[in-house]
Amino acid sequence: MNLQFFADGIVMGALIGLGAVGVTLSYSILRFANFAHGEFIAWGAYATLVLMSAIIMALGGEAGTLGALSFGWPLLVAVVLAAVLVGGLAVGLDRVLFARLRAKGNVIVMVMASFGASMALRSSLEFIFTSSPRYFTREIQMALPVGFGIRLTPDQIFLVGLTAMIVIAMDRFLALSATGRAMRAVSENPALARVAGVDVERVIGATWIIAGMLATASGVMLGITVQIRPYMGFDLLLPLFAAAILGGIGSMQGAILGGMIVGLSEAAAVQVVGANYRAAVAFIILIAALLVKPTGIFGVRE
Amino acid sequence: MTLDIIAYLAFFLVTALSYGIICLGLNVQWGQTGLFNVGVAGFVAIGAYTSALLTTPDAAPRLGGFDFPIWVGWIAALAISALAAAVIGAITLRLRADYLAITTFGVAITIQLVALNAEKATGGPFGIGFIPRPFAGLQEQPLLFNLANLMLVSGVAFIAYVALEKLIHGPWGRVLRAIREDEVAATSLGKNANVFRLQAFVLGSAIMGLAGAIQAHFIGFIAPENYLSAITFQVWAMLIIGGSGSNRGALLGAVVVWALWSMTGAALSIVIPAEYQARAAALQIVIIGVGLAAILVVRPRGLLGERRAPDSTAG
Repeated sequence: MNLQFFADGIVMGALIGLGAVGVTLSYSILRFANFAHGEFIAWGAYATLVLMSAIIMALGGEAGTLGALSFGWPLLVAVVLAAVLVGGLAVGLDRVLFARLRAKGNVIVMVMASFGASMALRSSLEFIFTSSPRYFTREIQMALPVGFGIRLTPDQIFLVGLTAMIVIAMDRFLALSATGRAMRAVSENPALARVAGVDVERVIGATWIIAGMLATASGVMLGITVQIRPYMGFDLLLPLFAAAILGGIGSMQGAILGGMIVGLSEAAAVQVVGANYRAAVAFIILIAALLVKPTGIFGVRE
Repeated sequence: MTLDIIAYLAFFLVTALSYGIICLGLNVQWGQTGLFNVGVAGFVAIGAYTSALLTTPDAAPRLGGFDFPIWVGWIAALAISALAAAVIGAITLRLRADYLAITTFGVAITIQLVALNAEKATGGPFGIGFIPRPFAGLQEQPLLFNLANLMLVSGVAFIAYVALEKLIHGPWGRVLRAIREDEVAATSLGKNANVFRLQAFVLGSAIMGLAGAIQAHFIGFIAPENYLSAITFQVWAMLIIGGSGSNRGALLGAVVVWALWSMTGAALSIVIPAEYQARAAALQIVIIGVGLAAILVVRPRGLLGERRAPDSTAG
């Protein structure tokens, strides 16, 4: 058995996990499944691409690379700026759309509105950038042997390390910061949190910003390892939901673990049945989770 | 000239009414029961492919091609879509309301994948051609052909409309609305909410499957790209604009939205040069997406919706 699928699976799992953290947080705090989350991923990737190109142009067109990586520091600066922008996009979308529907108290209407928003956001990317794929870099990398017959490219090693750092930072943030604790309180019991003096509006804002930023990280990872397309986020949506539900709605650890399981299963399935049915893997995992344990691995509620 | 216009109008109405039938199915699920089905395209595709496989003439490289009469295909389309909905519904309807949305979304993606890759059965990306068309003998005369098909489709739409009106205004429909408005109260009166929800979901999906078969037979050709999520989205826009909860609204919304869609498509194709056509198509979806979201915020009742908009959902 060739273990190389592990390498692709781990990277896919990491980026699905990051996206799923955003899904699981917004699901547990805002209480609806946001179908526009995939578009945050795609917008994050395109925003990073545009900003990176602008920086490189301002420097006179010399892209350069960092060490063995296929990209230079302009990408790292661009991804931070893009994360802030997409966080702002998520907050803005909440202001014009979700906040108004939240006031009416119908969850499913919010799901439907997010579906409409997702169509509009995705098609605007297609309108601006057309559907032909883009790339952050054209560099070709040699994969390095890391043992057990597995080879990883420097990019893949860097991205998995980066994911681990983001996860640790998020975990500390949720555990220790005032905003993080308020977020957990609203997630567990919104009515009680409100009575206890938690500023729910601020928590909602923080949730959208975090969801947008993590989505950007996820989108850029996908852009570096595969490509940038208007449908990249939409195609990731089912794996994200599957990972979030498998891990247990509201659980960050669950989302990361769920992402890893989905990513590795997809990569393993490609080995066994070929790439054509890759997208069905997430669906099978989703159905299995709903049948066996709908609360997910770490879930407690309902 | 006038005859051409009438022929086109008939063609337009056949398509619009076939969407109207899908909307009637969605109205049973969403309008009456509050079930959010994001996989409309999937159930339409199941119906279309089922009927196509059963009724096409024998084709060597492909499985199926049983050459059955059209009505057998239509009944099978109803049955297979109902069966798929029963399985999905049994798994998800007992859970949180939006798990149904996520699961049906997965259904649509998986069906699309099967249509694209199971070439032995579905023809893969090339789809299935030579699907027998009703009144095929009249094909040489577009006017008569379109009018005959219009009679057939409006007949089906009318039967579906009358039957659904009867069901919805009878005891069954009252239970559905009771569950939608106040599940605890309905349950305490001895109504098993999950059983009624499952019935509504299966009935709605069966109607969608039938409509898919009708469309497939009218056009005579199907391919996976006909069943992308854009269809789901259009049908939702039709029902929301027409007014969810109302069967007349469902049919009216289908005609209005399909007219708007065709006109903006035609207008964009005249105004925008050929090399930007793909972009124009994307812009069309942006406009409809924004429109749908705006209607949800500004006028959730739509044109002919129920007086009391659903403000709480089961689950």
